Amino acid sequence: MDVLTVKSIVESVPDPEIPVLTLGDLGVIRGVHERDDGFEIHVTPTYSGCPATRVINEMISEALLSAHIEKFTIKKVLSPVWSTQWISESGKAKLEEYGIAPPNPGAKGPKSCPQCKSTRVSEISAFGSTPCQALWRCQECLEPFNYFKCL
Amino acid sequence: MSDPRIHLALRMGDNSLILAQQNSKWCGHAPTLEEDIALANVSLDLMGHAQMWLGFAAEIECEGRNADTLAFFRDTEEFRNSLLVERPNVDFATTLMRQYLFDVWHLEQLLLLSQSSDTLVAEISQKALVEVRYHRERSQSLVIRLGDGTIDSHNRMQEALNALWSYFGSFFEDSKDDELLFDLQTSPMPSSLYPSVLEQLNQDCVLSTLKTPESEFWQKGAVQGHHTENLGYILAEMQYLQRTYPNSKW
Ligand SMILES: [Zn+2]
Repeated sequence: MDVLTVKSIVESVPDPEIPVLTLGDLGVIRGVHERDDGFEIHVTPTYSGCPATRVINEMISEALLSAHIEKFTIKKVLSPVWSTQWISESGKAKLEEYGIAPPNPGAKGPKSCPQCKSTRVSEISAFGSTPCQALWRCQECLEPFNYFKCL
Repeated sequence: MSDPRIHLALRMGDNSLILAQQNSKWCGHAPTLEEDIALANVSLDLMGHAQMWLGFAAEIECEGRNADTLAFFRDTEEFRNSLLVERPNVDFATTLMRQYLFDVWHLEQLLLLSQSSDTLVAEISQKALVEVRYHRERSQSLVIRLGDGTIDSHNRMQEALNALWSYFGSFFEDSKDDELLFDLQTSPMPSSLYPSVLEQLNQDCVLSTLKTPESEFWQKGAVQGHHTENLGYILAEMQYLQRTYPNSKW
């Protein structure tokens, strides 16, 4: 098993909170290295207090074990700091399709409603159901929706 | 002599830990659902920061402790948090004002620590910084809205500011360790942050119509572990389970 294969296994693990995104889309896999005692996987947390961080490590272990890779360690790295800019373009498109407005850098809120694409949107709550989301509402179709906060 | 970075890590970690514990008491009780979720989320972020700082302190101290043992098995006089974060919740005005004052100081402190000569101090600070920027925006906009709100909301925010003011000075208290850290370019002197923090508060006051108290009489002693009575109650509740059933796990 080579580094690239291990990397692709790890990167295809789904995010536990937003399963349409993979860890690769999310940009939290910061490297896979081959060491004398096995593979070393570098993972960076999204939010520092995010409860999903532990689940992510468990899911990585599970994915590797089911691919018969038993010698590995998961290392937490902080730098460079994760921000929403690390989410891939395809990840952003998947979010939108899933009904979560993707992060909109440089603006105070989402570009448009993920349902009807109207730009008439307003904030309901700066914080939402998970640390990474805020709650917004569309003035056109009146649907509330989650916005992936821009960090 | 012990590594002065322990002092810095405890100061940062304890501030976040105690404020997270205090805010989490609002969970299920906040005046609106949005604020309930916001307070819980801010607590979660701060708890994450506390874990990083206390983990760092435990690592350099090399006494076989970890972030959890530092949080649950130290007594009041070993805590290095400022006196502001241990003020009781009282009401939403006090809780919000306490959060706002903390956020203004915290953001300023993290901006400076992000440039630290110590790699790990810089990394932890950069991580916390992006989240704290969001905290500060929220508390700032709420303080402005309530300060420039009804007569009642204005008065209550002003009373909260007056009541918390002398404890706020606790963030700017210097110690011998701070001098060592300053010489190593690890962290700034706490007192050096005051002018820019005050300036930011005064800027926001233009919009919130609140008035920053003129008094510069500060309650001191937190850097030596001299705390107010309330920290004892906070710790009693927070540490109860681990003290009664040591090392119990989920
Ligand atoms: Zn819509």
